[in-house]
Amino acid sequence: MTSTATPTPSAPVSAGARLRTLLLGKTGARTRRRWVDYAFIIAFVVLLAITATVSDVFFTQRNLSNLLRQAVTNGLLSLGMLVVILTGGIDLSVGCVVALTGIMVAGMSKQGIPLTLAILICLAVGVAAGAVNGFFIARFKLQPFIVTLATWGAYRGLVFVYSDVPITPTNPSFRAVLGGGFIGPFPISGLIMLACYPIVWFFLNRAKAGRAIVAIGGGEEAVRLAGISVTWHIFLAYMISGFFSALAGVILASRLGIAQPSVGSGFELDAIAACVIGGAILGGGGGSTFGTLAGVVALGMIDNLLNLFNVQTYYQQIFKGLIILAAVLARRKQR
Amino acid sequence: MPDSEFLRMQGISKSFDGTQALRSVDFSASAGEAHAISGENGAGKSTLVKILSGALQSDAGEILLDGKPAELGTPLRARRLGIFAVYQEFSLVPHLTVAENILMAQMPTGRLPGLVDWPTAYRRAEEILASIGFTGIDVRKVVRQLSVSHQQMVEIAKAVAERPRILILDEPSAVLSQEELNRLFALVRRLKQEGTLILYISHRLDEVFEIADRITVLKDGQLVGTVAPQEADLNQLIKMMVGRELGEIFPTRLPPGAELALEVKELAKEGTFSDISFSMRRGEVVGMFGLVGSGRTQVARCIFGAEPFDAGEVRLDGKPVRPRSPREAVKEGIALLTEDRKRDGLVLFCSVRDNASMASFESLSRWGVIDRRAQEAKVLQKVHELDIRPPLIDRLARQLSGGNQQKLVLAKWLMTEAKVLILDEPTRGVDVATKVEIYQLISDLAAKGMGILLISSELPEILGMSDRAFVMREGRLVGEFTRAQATEERLLASAAGVSQ
Repeated sequence: MTSTATPTPSAPVSAGARLRTLLLGKTGARTRRRWVDYAFIIAFVVLLAITATVSDVFFTQRNLSNLLRQAVTNGLLSLGMLVVILTGGIDLSVGCVVALTGIMVAGMSKQGIPLTLAILICLAVGVAAGAVNGFFIARFKLQPFIVTLATWGAYRGLVFVYSDVPITPTNPSFRAVLGGGFIGPFPISGLIMLACYPIVWFFLNRAKAGRAIVAIGGGEEAVRLAGISVTWHIFLAYMISGFFSALAGVILASRLGIAQPSVGSGFELDAIAACVIGGAILGGGGGSTFGTLAGVVALGMIDNLLNLFNVQTYYQQIFKGLIILAAVLARRKQR
Repeated sequence: MPDSEFLRMQGISKSFDGTQALRSVDFSASAGEAHAISGENGAGKSTLVKILSGALQSDAGEILLDGKPAELGTPLRARRLGIFAVYQEFSLVPHLTVAENILMAQMPTGRLPGLVDWPTAYRRAEEILASIGFTGIDVRKVVRQLSVSHQQMVEIAKAVAERPRILILDEPSAVLSQEELNRLFALVRRLKQEGTLILYISHRLDEVFEIADRITVLKDGQLVGTVAPQEADLNQLIKMMVGRELGEIFPTRLPPGAELALEVKELAKEGTFSDISFSMRRGEVVGMFGLVGSGRTQVARCIFGAEPFDAGEVRLDGKPVRPRSPREAVKEGIALLTEDRKRDGLVLFCSVRDNASMASFESLSRWGVIDRRAQEAKVLQKVHELDIRPPLIDRLARQLSGGNQQKLVLAKWLMTEAKVLILDEPTRGVDVATKVEIYQLISDLAAKGMGILLISSELPEILGMSDRAFVMREGRLVGEFTRAQATEERLLASAAGVSQ
């Protein structure tokens, strides 16, 4: 970087730098962070290479398609979580919104309500659930952790009020498109999830509201004094998280073909983990869409690999915990 | 007076991420002297004293105390050797009492082991404050409830209580009122007599001249020289710091226009200020002087809608406005540059581009999406207009120097169509060269018809820039002076409540 840039409207940026910015986000500007990002990519490639040599199942179309489908829930939840984390908040209620919207879409479908309508209603329910979180956090300046802890319990209660037994819709179209549909070799649910990433990237980097959300995490007062409504944008962030939770809930119910009232416990932790592995900073001030996607894929792959090698779930959890610690440790601020 | 060499720093070098902050600096000072370290922002002053206090480690060089090499790897080791520092960033625990903060590790315990003996603790803390002349601070209060200037004094008391051999004061006066500053100077003089070496960093050169026995100037990480205040005058010192001679510090001003830009009538806020009435014409620079805590900042925040007020009226271009939020104020054409740029003015981890356009996202967007080309063009235009360096709009705000950060905040407001610009301490913590640029800019903006309210604790700034000056004391406007009437003595007397 030189300090003698010419006053042309477009500052000189090399193609490589542009690609890096696209892949890793603006936070990659610091040298150390950049090396950490490279290290992650290298670790990822090495992991893939080891897998390819050790397992002959991993690189089958069936397994990769499964991997993608299994990553859909966390992929969507992490996107919503990222938006909330960028404002300096956290959303613990996402797993319960998944359960709530899942059981509602199954229930409505069983009652004969057209699937599209049922899905739209569930998405609205998700946004509403997020709006409740956002209302208390933004309007009354309550701590996000406490508010979403409260609604975490309340939404779970609502699920059981709606139905305390699993619901299995008999309608075949329930499973057909969202959960079980394929375009060529690609699962539709996976494509939806992947499509959401550039959309959120565009929102966060190009939209007025998105830039405000990113800025709020770095200094609420500065943003407020610049004449931007902090209340509205925090509210918006939680609605976005609610929306993605609902989308994840509907797709999950559709994939499994059955909606369990107890589903979704611990989902919030996986989502937070994916964001953090991807470089997000709890409390605001860092995080990127593509980093988060990398976090989602990394977590999904670890699950998948350990499954392929028949490692017990308990060990998987330990392993995941270690990876999260390693990621945070590597990204820790240099003193 | 200084004779023997007590502290010697030899060949000190330090670099951060490839930037050389200090280049082989040789610095020495004697016991019982007040030694000022001056230089522009980024000259390396803070780095130098942080190495001495163990907060940073140098890449090369050695430090001698009393002729013996000293190992200063950590703040703890430095403290054991009697080196204590008061930095610009506070190190107080905000939710503990003043007494706890001052005594910290030496809280007295009562008969029951482990239980704090509060009466003794309060008494001891009070004794410490009284012994250094900092009276009037309630040691039972939680630090968070104190004014910034009192917090600063507690911070100083905490260091002095440790009986330092070297006391480092990094910009101690930035938040102090004149009266408090006098008390600090009295303390410095007393500590000198006791043989303490005081390293004093300040941007305010008048202060430096008043208190320092010797002045060492740093520039671009190198030591330019050490002078005694008797041997040098202000201009020479500035030349050493800047490396060239500055022209006139304050620009010549055009006379203001006739139409009123802003009228404030009987503005009041319970317990903070009352009966504030003044007006400002287009193209006029109205100065507002007052001690810290006189309510100047609150008046500004109320006009800007950042705080609610109880009574009164604000008129902009003759029509009443009552902004209930900064958002509404910005729409009406009011802009406020806050005194704390790092917290209230900028989002440090965001880019220059984002920060500069933050107040004008609305006008730069279509359908909620920011027009990147228009944004880039406008931001670059402001970056060049204000000479923000480096002119790279994707740099993060925190990578800029203090002066450039301040220019960035100004750029943010210049990108809006503000009619009235309120500047709250616009040159605090800014180097001399940038100050001159900011003064020129204020003058240019006024010439274009903008009304400017300049809030400042620096008298020369108020006198040099204002067409009219108001003085605030204890929440009231107590004086109005035209440019011809305003003198340093009159304004000070008015602010302190002394009749002449």
